[in-house]
Amino acid sequence: MAELHLNGVQKIYPNGFHAIHGIDLDVTDGEFIVLVGPSGCGKSTLLRMVAGLETISDGAVDIGGRVVNQLEPADRDIAMVFQNYALYPHMKVYDNMAYGLRNRGMAKDEIDRRVREAAGILELEPLLDRRPNQLSGGQRQRVAMGRAIVREPSVFLFDEPLSNLDAKLRVQMRVEIKRLQRRLGITSLYVTHDQVEAMTMADRLVVMNGGRAEQIGTPIELYDNPATTFVATFIGSPSMNLLEGTVAEGGVSVALDSGASIDLPDPRPELAGRPVTLGVRPEHLTPTADGSGMTLRLDLVEQLGADTLLHGHLDGDERRLVTVRLNGHFAPGQESVRVAATSAVHLFDRESGGRI
Amino acid sequence: MVENRPYLTVISHLIVILGIVITVMPIWITFVASTHPIEHIMDGTIPMWPGDRFFENYATVLGSGVADAGGIPVGDMLLNSLIMALSIAIGKIAISLIAAFAIVYFDFPFRMTCFWMIFITLMLPVEVRILPTFAVVANLGMLNTYVGLSLPLIASATATFLFRQFFLTVPEELAEAARIDGAGPLKFFKDILLPLSRTNIAALFVILFIYGWNQYLWPLLVTTDESFYTVVMGIQRMTQAAESLPLWHLVMATTMLAMIPPVIVVVVMQKLFVKGLVETEK
Amino acid sequence: MIKRVTFRNRWLPYLLLLPQLAVTVVFFLWPAAQALYQSMLVEDAFGLSTEFVWFENFEELFADPLYLEAFLNTVVFSFSVAFVSMSAALLLAVMADRTIKGTTAYKTLLIWPYAVAPAVAGVLWFFMFNPVVGILAYVLRGVGYDWNHYLDGGDAMTLVVIAASWKQISYNFLFFLAGLQAIPRSLIEAAAIDGASPFKRFWTIIFPLLSPTTFFLLVVNVVYAFFDTFGIIHATTEGGPAGATQILVYKVFSDGFIGLDLGGSAAQSVVLMAIVIGLTVVQFRYIERKVEY
Repeated sequence: MAELHLNGVQKIYPNGFHAIHGIDLDVTDGEFIVLVGPSGCGKSTLLRMVAGLETISDGAVDIGGRVVNQLEPADRDIAMVFQNYALYPHMKVYDNMAYGLRNRGMAKDEIDRRVREAAGILELEPLLDRRPNQLSGGQRQRVAMGRAIVREPSVFLFDEPLSNLDAKLRVQMRVEIKRLQRRLGITSLYVTHDQVEAMTMADRLVVMNGGRAEQIGTPIELYDNPATTFVATFIGSPSMNLLEGTVAEGGVSVALDSGASIDLPDPRPELAGRPVTLGVRPEHLTPTADGSGMTLRLDLVEQLGADTLLHGHLDGDERRLVTVRLNGHFAPGQESVRVAATSAVHLFDRESGGRI
Repeated sequence: MVENRPYLTVISHLIVILGIVITVMPIWITFVASTHPIEHIMDGTIPMWPGDRFFENYATVLGSGVADAGGIPVGDMLLNSLIMALSIAIGKIAISLIAAFAIVYFDFPFRMTCFWMIFITLMLPVEVRILPTFAVVANLGMLNTYVGLSLPLIASATATFLFRQFFLTVPEELAEAARIDGAGPLKFFKDILLPLSRTNIAALFVILFIYGWNQYLWPLLVTTDESFYTVVMGIQRMTQAAESLPLWHLVMATTMLAMIPPVIVVVVMQKLFVKGLVETEK
Repeated sequence: MIKRVTFRNRWLPYLLLLPQLAVTVVFFLWPAAQALYQSMLVEDAFGLSTEFVWFENFEELFADPLYLEAFLNTVVFSFSVAFVSMSAALLLAVMADRTIKGTTAYKTLLIWPYAVAPAVAGVLWFFMFNPVVGILAYVLRGVGYDWNHYLDGGDAMTLVVIAASWKQISYNFLFFLAGLQAIPRSLIEAAAIDGASPFKRFWTIIFPLLSPTTFFLLVVNVVYAFFDTFGIIHATTEGGPAGATQILVYKVFSDGFIGLDLGGSAAQSVVLMAIVIGLTVVQFRYIERKVEY
């Protein structure tokens, strides 16, 4: 168990591609950090640099007070779970888990104790004599976990470990991994492109985009105070609605380019007259009973049972699709609906996309 | 087939069976000839059914040899063939496994140079550079040795190429997992890569064993000492015996013995053989 | 071409490559270079002096009617072997593929000639066609044809073509059968629904879809006939009668080892190498195209 620190970590490939632009991250002991972002954002690269599978071009990776830049993966006191599990196909489950321990010259009975203990935790005891191709996807996933656990490492590294499972199993394993990590209290770094997985598992999230960390924070911080339009649209489902407008006189409202106007919960007089991007989440737009607010002309209504999603365009804006999320049902047959932003309106700079 | 045309199916079976009969006929004739005394063959009425000299004829060729036909005991030649085929198969597999491992799993200066040096030999079968190769072997004093018989045939790149292709299909993550598990390159090779290559090794072994067993021109050149003759070339020496007509019954018995080992290998290991054949040609 | 993550080691990769490289250099590259060099040398009859003559050996070679005849023989031989063995194999493969029951058994019964050495295949047919004791020569005499491959060049060529084709049928059969089994059943069923007869289906659907396999096998068979058939010739006709079955590979051998014309033989080797390289390029081209499939 240990702290993990990344200080100005960069990755530049020999062909000149700058994959990671200097990441700083301090992970406390036992914390569960999720690296999330679209494909190609550098999240896997960063994880592999911590693992020692990619070289570090600049900066330092520090595990448990030790800079590990020059150490072999095996000497970094980490364990990794791969997307395709990377189980050795010709070895039994037992040997898959024991292989790393044997390579370290550990005593036989200690290996046996650890493997059996991990197998107990993961309910793998009946499977120890099977080979990977005799296991289901979920079982393979658990063996991969077991192989990581037996090492009793300082840091767990997960590289999209659930993306090869079907949706139902993914939810189940998500809970299982999280519970296991809590129980063992091992510092973890977890890569995923799935924002729901990220939100539900993380103590803190690192949202990555183009090799940079857009924002680091707890799921609620990211949800409530997204630092950029990128984070704002990436976190939360369905995505936050972004609308162009200009802050009105006195900073009490934003006049949208479409003509409608949205009141700001907290007046921002210092921004008066400034063009902004206004963000409001679908769940923070609600139909009004008294006819106030904006007209949303409906294109599509999705009835999800518990919720209803309304997709449409605001009057005067043919370009932007706006989504509204309602609790409960919605009477069919309506062509338009009046909606208003109740709370939680976010303002971003139009040029940089940064929060203001 | 798609529709029900019984007569077509019958014709299909008949044609295939006819093909098999034509394919098998030379072997049958050979076998029949190897069980008769020479007089039965020479008197012009060719026997179609096995005779009674099976044991005598085979005992003769295996044991004392066909000295009067210019031959040597076939048992010795079979042993030489076996040694040559095994050396070629095992040697080729061994050196190409490690060479392919180096090329796929290491990055080092002149990697591509090494790669091309090896793979250009795909284009140079032994037959086309026969004289200078013979000169090299002669200069190295390898004529009439098992090393001279097998070593020059070991190098060709086909096996290296096959293993390279196979290694490239092994998931990247296995090597990464092994590194995290603390396995160095040699340990990874021994513990992970070799066991994974088992079927490919076996398939290649079948192909190479046959390739080695059936070598003809090369043993013809590098062996002048009869005790190093291989069986395939030995047959030719028996048919071309200058002073008299060939002793066909004994030649045919030898021919049977020369065919049996590789045919058994192919038939018994049919699946691996087909796999090896298809993959070496990829 | 290489793994994303590689092992780091200064000397180990070279050590691993050493055996292969050593054998390659000593027995392949050096001899090939020697062949190139020698092909430009002329040696006097006693081997006392040599002279560098540039391309004179090649000029002589292509002016030599015997060499040109060997070239022609090789072309006739190769394409006859390719044609005979491929058409027989295709017929058998199509028929075996039709017979759902027994395909595997037929396969086993047809593949084993692959294991027979070319030289042995030659001896088998040599024996069967032997004018004195051969059963086929006997049968042919019965129908009024006086077979004698010792005297008749055409008979001799037919003999080696049959022996070489017989051995190659199993190889072609395996690839054709695999090609046939890879054709989606639904295509054939669609053609049947469109009313195409089995015969028509073969020529309009199956044969065109097999064309990659056919082309591949054509190259392989030509290469086989060019280079791997030395044993068949040497163990039977020895190039005769009167050079009628003298093919290029055999001539390299006989000029070099029997005629001791080192320069001329080396020049022939170089020509053969050029042919192999040409055929290999054709084959690689084909593989590239196959990848696009």
